[in-house]
Amino acid sequence: MAKQYETVIGLEVHVELATKSKIFCGCSTRFGGAPNTQTCPVCAGFPGALPVLNRQVVEYAAAVGIACNCHINRLSRFDRKNYFYPDNPQNYQISQFYIPICQNGWVEIDTPAGPKKIGIHEIHMEEDAGKLIHDEWEESSLVDFNRSGVPLIEIVSEADMRNAQEVIAYLEKLRSVIQYLGVSDCRLQEGSMRADVNLSVREAGSSVLGTRTEMKNLNSFKAITHAIDGERERQIELLEAGKTVIQETRRWDENKESSRAMRSKEDAKDYRYFPEPDLPPVVISEEWLEAIRSRQPEFAHERVKRYQEEYKISEKEAVMVTEYRNLADIFEETAKLTGNPKKSVNWMTGETMRLINDRGVRPEKIRFTPAHLAALIQETEKGELTNQGAREVFEQIFDRDQEPTAYIEEKGLRVVKNDGLLMEAVQSVVDSNPDAVTQYREGKVKVLGFLMGQVMKAMKGKADPEKARQMMEEILKQEP
Amino acid sequence: MELIQFTAAELSEKIRRKEISVLEAVKASLDQIRQMEPEIHSFVTVTEEYAYKRAQKVEKGIRDGQYRGPLAGVPTAVKDNICTAGIPTTCSSKMLEGFVPPYSAEAVRCLERAGAIIIGKTNMDEFAMGSTTETSAFGITRNPWDRERVPGGSSGGSCAAVAAGEAFFALGSDTGGSIRQPSSWCGVTGMKPTYGTVSRNGLIAYGSSLDQIGPIAKNVKDCALVLEAVASWDPMDSTSMKRQDLRFSENLTGDVRGFRVGIPKEYVGEGVEPDVRKAVERAAALLEAAGAAVEQCSLKNTRYAIPTYYIIASAEASSNLSRFDGVKYGYRASEYEGLHEMYKRSRSQGFGTEVKRRIMLGSFVLSSGYYDAYYLKALRAKAVIKEEFDQAFSKYDVILGPAAPTAATRIGESLKDPIQMYLGDIFTVSVNLAGLPALTLPAGLTEDGLPVGVQIIGGCFQEGKIFQAACSLEQALEPWHMAFEKEGHVHGKTV
Repeated sequence: MAKQYETVIGLEVHVELATKSKIFCGCSTRFGGAPNTQTCPVCAGFPGALPVLNRQVVEYAAAVGIACNCHINRLSRFDRKNYFYPDNPQNYQISQFYIPICQNGWVEIDTPAGPKKIGIHEIHMEEDAGKLIHDEWEESSLVDFNRSGVPLIEIVSEADMRNAQEVIAYLEKLRSVIQYLGVSDCRLQEGSMRADVNLSVREAGSSVLGTRTEMKNLNSFKAITHAIDGERERQIELLEAGKTVIQETRRWDENKESSRAMRSKEDAKDYRYFPEPDLPPVVISEEWLEAIRSRQPEFAHERVKRYQEEYKISEKEAVMVTEYRNLADIFEETAKLTGNPKKSVNWMTGETMRLINDRGVRPEKIRFTPAHLAALIQETEKGELTNQGAREVFEQIFDRDQEPTAYIEEKGLRVVKNDGLLMEAVQSVVDSNPDAVTQYREGKVKVLGFLMGQVMKAMKGKADPEKARQMMEEILKQEP
Repeated sequence: MELIQFTAAELSEKIRRKEISVLEAVKASLDQIRQMEPEIHSFVTVTEEYAYKRAQKVEKGIRDGQYRGPLAGVPTAVKDNICTAGIPTTCSSKMLEGFVPPYSAEAVRCLERAGAIIIGKTNMDEFAMGSTTETSAFGITRNPWDRERVPGGSSGGSCAAVAAGEAFFALGSDTGGSIRQPSSWCGVTGMKPTYGTVSRNGLIAYGSSLDQIGPIAKNVKDCALVLEAVASWDPMDSTSMKRQDLRFSENLTGDVRGFRVGIPKEYVGEGVEPDVRKAVERAAALLEAAGAAVEQCSLKNTRYAIPTYYIIASAEASSNLSRFDGVKYGYRASEYEGLHEMYKRSRSQGFGTEVKRRIMLGSFVLSSGYYDAYYLKALRAKAVIKEEFDQAFSKYDVILGPAAPTAATRIGESLKDPIQMYLGDIFTVSVNLAGLPALTLPAGLTEDGLPVGVQIIGGCFQEGKIFQAACSLEQALEPWHMAFEKEGHVHGKTV
């Protein structure tokens, strides 16, 4: 019988922090500037220039640590990681090696077998490198230091994950927590979140870890899933063939859906880490830590629970509406204003999601005034709008944060409540569609839909549908 | 008396009183440079055009009341590892030949705010690595007292420039004695302040945890005035300190009554030349006569200072100097195949022997498997050395000793034996390891007529006490003169 194997996975996740300025100088972190326009002597590694730590980076890193149940080291240090590469202007990266800011935490993920804790070994702060631009024609390379010095945190997990689903759940969890903190937008494709996967396999039941490899260049959940499955297969095949897995770093190629070795442990670099003498230790006082703690938001998993209790919405709805903090905030405010959480959540999970897909916008960028949605809901509750009219108004709110009442007036979207006008229209539809009327009276009640459509058309969509239906049924019941 | 014989304080006073114009002062320095440079070679770059332009501005600024301080209009020289915007800054290395920094060091900006006029950048041991100024890629500097001897180092150019009357004062940097030892050998007064007193922003790093910029001057008062001008809390240097006690020149009376002075027996024992020991003993007697209590003490960990220093300084240097790679600025080899070879050739050709020796030493002590045995152990030794000093300063106001075991050595001597050169740093490096302030002032001549300095060391932030003791000693000693005055190499205009 074939052997059973267990996959053991740990992750190193780099997250670019959304600070305005870089970690050790005042240069802007804005993405997409012309090359080397956001640089200074510090982030371009000029002689004599010294780093000065951006306090916001410490606050962000500590906030993520608190959210991940980490111990926050009250004294941590920066160290230099020495290696030569042209995207690294000093030829050392300022990172935290010996005493990182956060250690020994965990996050909880949902698995088919129930909730599971994934250990966080450490979170440390460091600087990003510049970007090399290779010119194939000139056979030369140019370097852009705009990204050099952009702050990063590296979140190192324990080897607690067993399959791709758990890895994705873990990443989703980190992304949710970090987005709720407003610390980063965590976009894998754009590199503001980067995951390296450490993977080994072992025979099921064994407590000894197998030799692991590290996979790099994974810039989508799809790539991560493919890479994990591919690497698991590759390692099992090696073991089945009586070969050994070599400890090495491998680069994933999503196009080829395969990986190749970058470097093995034998030619691993010696980074000659030592404490950064240009920066004093990072000391976090009790007051500072307390201030950071007091600003922690309520996270998605906490809101999911509360929304079910407080707003009596379903778990599925709560999970959907809390995926993005901004959308959850809009929901909650709207629910409070209207006293109608059910309708509020429907707009958020229904029309809002539809428009996000339709418009191709990023969900985390959606900002409209909850009072506008609340006003719309109240108009519909009063029966002032048809469904179609309400959707039209909502599109205006979604796209332009339009105040609804003024828009409804301007466009004359209010339903017609004048019974005389409506009755006229109903009668006229009945008169001009004798065949349909006959069919209805013969029991083909489905034609009611057609007749109602005609009424709405005649009323240019502004008829109160409920009232129109009542009138129509009244007339149809009368003997001809 | 010739113009260039004045101290900085005297010159600025005469400028203020319109007895001398700034232009005249600058011209006098530049004339002296013209006369002395062929023999001494204190400078890597002389900024004649810049100095004349600045002179006009400063002259006007003084008349408008913009510059009121004691350095206004005074010509000064800056060591070539301190960045000066628009003026080449080379660290006396082929690696940075022609490098023009886009910004000035904070200490330079302080000098400019004080109205001082930079007349040039001074020669040094390459990247401040050396004790003789012989490792410069741009030629040696000769000692103005004896042309066959070195000026000391690594701030040899700055000390020689002051001794030769080319500059009224200068800035140097001190990582393991690089201000104090050449000051001793050139007969000038130089100080390494408490770590964190002068911003390192713009100082091209050698050993970041040890480097300090400091003043080199003709006497104690000038030294105090220059330190007042360049000391600053700089938010751009995270290791710089906020200090309120920076008015060193005030109440500089030389009153040392009640001072307790310790002389470590390890500082006057074996290996110290008799002339040097005599100078220290005489200084001790003079302080005692002035009312201080002098006694022998012990700093038994002195013997660990040199290995500790060379491990820490080299480790930091190996990392600090890795940015010089031919990619962004500085020297790049003309022929290479691929990135790796560009690095290798640029650095092999751009750095001199001593720099490469220390980069290799530093890379070795940081490599995995050796880090604990060398670097960590050195950090522990550093803490022990500091602790021992702290204890000594609970008993003494200042510690007195030599700045170097010998007077200036002959050209070529120390390069033959780097270990011997390293051992010459015995009395200076522990001060850097402990982050302490210390000053060297001239205290006599050897039988060969070479100057000998003594070193006064204080506790952290105790520059005030050092200046007071130094002032007392200066008053008690026979009037000192600069090398150029002794030899009659006084050029330029008589005032």
